[in-house]
Amino acid sequence: MNTETQPALLVDPAQRIFKVARRNFVDPEILEAEKERIFDRSWLYLGHSSELPKPGDYITRIVAGRSILFTRDSKGQLRALLNTCPHRGAQVCRERKGNAKSFQCFYHGWVFGADGKLRSQPGEESYPEGFKSRDTSNMQAVPRFESYRDFNFVAFDRNIVPLVDYLAGAREYLDVICDQTEAGMSIVAGSQEYSIRANWKLLTENSIDGYHALTTHATYFDILMSSTDNLAGGTGGGFGYDLGNGHAVLEYVAPWGRPVAQWIPGWGEAGKTEISRIYGNLVARHGKERADRIALKNRNLFIFPNLVVNDIMALTVRTYFPAAPDYMVINAWALAPNDETGWARKYRLNNFLEFLGPGGFASPDDAEALEHCQRGFKNSKEAMWNDISKGMGKDKPSHNDELQMRAFWTQWNKQMFPSPVSSIKGVAA
Amino acid sequence: MHSVTRAEVEDFLFNEADLLDQWRLPEWLTLFTDDAKYEVPCTDLPADASSDSNLFYIADDRARLGERVKRLMKRTAHAEFPHSKTSRMVGNVRIKSRTDDELEVSAVFQTLRTKDGTTDLYFGTNNYRLTGNGDGFRIREKRCLLASEGLRPSGRISIVL
Repeated sequence: MNTETQPALLVDPAQRIFKVARRNFVDPEILEAEKERIFDRSWLYLGHSSELPKPGDYITRIVAGRSILFTRDSKGQLRALLNTCPHRGAQVCRERKGNAKSFQCFYHGWVFGADGKLRSQPGEESYPEGFKSRDTSNMQAVPRFESYRDFNFVAFDRNIVPLVDYLAGAREYLDVICDQTEAGMSIVAGSQEYSIRANWKLLTENSIDGYHALTTHATYFDILMSSTDNLAGGTGGGFGYDLGNGHAVLEYVAPWGRPVAQWIPGWGEAGKTEISRIYGNLVARHGKERADRIALKNRNLFIFPNLVVNDIMALTVRTYFPAAPDYMVINAWALAPNDETGWARKYRLNNFLEFLGPGGFASPDDAEALEHCQRGFKNSKEAMWNDISKGMGKDKPSHNDELQMRAFWTQWNKQMFPSPVSSIKGVAA
Repeated sequence: MHSVTRAEVEDFLFNEADLLDQWRLPEWLTLFTDDAKYEVPCTDLPADASSDSNLFYIADDRARLGERVKRLMKRTAHAEFPHSKTSRMVGNVRIKSRTDDELEVSAVFQTLRTKDGTTDLYFGTNNYRLTGNGDGFRIREKRCLLASEGLRPSGRISIVL
């Protein structure tokens, strides 16, 4: 899978070479190893606190192949339970979301609270006294469950570092995004649930790729030009950053309108007043420098291995998992400030759908590109390497260089092939 | 609209499906009124959810629908270049209510799309608000309610449903 003759990466900083073996996108053995070495050893996004506003609210979600029951218990505490009956294993909750005082496994009728504790089971008299108070009689919690600013994560590795440490430099970018408002943020109702017939790592690369926009999204920019007149934010300058632990971000200016807070002529005078008010509040709370960063800069934030928070023409949270080497499932949501006016919410969603998602004017073309990469990889025995060296050796790589991808792959390689097997150094081009 | 028959509505919907299958999108666009909406809600939303406050897959007003058509006719609309082939089946057509100037119509659909050796199925119900202007019907609203759970494995709505 990763030997001296067949390394996963080929890196030579002196010659500015950074190549990724295409085998990494097609080999079933790589995917099996990723499940164990990447997904079982990382913090994985489960959901946002706002999705469970009331005690008893629940959502079922698949995370890294596990069926998870995400609840807010009667005391208001969030819980992440393994959705499997401690008795004989059936999935306890079979609904996607709702509100419930308790959960009954339909197989033998065991009843659990939203905290996972066993409340009753038919034929209790046939069990010893104290059976219900045994820990093993309860639904099991995920090994680790932690939150940062309402972003809730799970980990299956009991010994993983705390979430805040894991987030490294990404933490500050989450702060910039969450500081758009003092009122907190919520996921807007409506989940985009889709798939792409391509390897999951292609979506990681694509989500932080500032290089592909003008060709892949030519039709989107045609439309944008006609709605923004003078390209409000210019044609875009910015930088890419390695945030540590495999996380990365690009931060840049762009011509589209931002509901927080960059006005475009298409939003009219009413929009101008609203955007000025939002911007004014940001300046009052954060000072002009930070307000300008929050309002006028775009951020494509990637949190290793599979979470993207894009603060662009709208705010999207996107997570994805591999189901096969050439197939991934994706869930995406819109995130918005709680104190947003009806006008701003409407224009935010309008902006979102113009670019993003399976019915937008841009994301379907990304999916097409990713699927054509996957098709191209059918030649990977002969045409073996991807090149992601753009901007290597620069003091400050641009947002349309490929530093972000190198940050991801370097961490991926570290977890997949820890030394001494590592091929990251010493393999000649 | 009180004398309209179901057969007349069916003819209109079958013709609409045919225009889409033939990629005659500019002609298809003329079926819509100037204040028309074309919407596809996410599948975990109630059928009557508003696109002003909920995330949809598609929420086009007439202007954006025009942009959608313009885009899809370009070779730089990569997801649909070369154009996929589609086959739309429309059935269970019912006139649900009528006023002097408007019909509410529902019809189930099954749309097959094939491209690059892969065929996907889209299915659900289209709810229409139709109005008449003397030379046939016009669509004031088309709301496509997918019956699938999300978009798997089809993955995208790069065609019109």
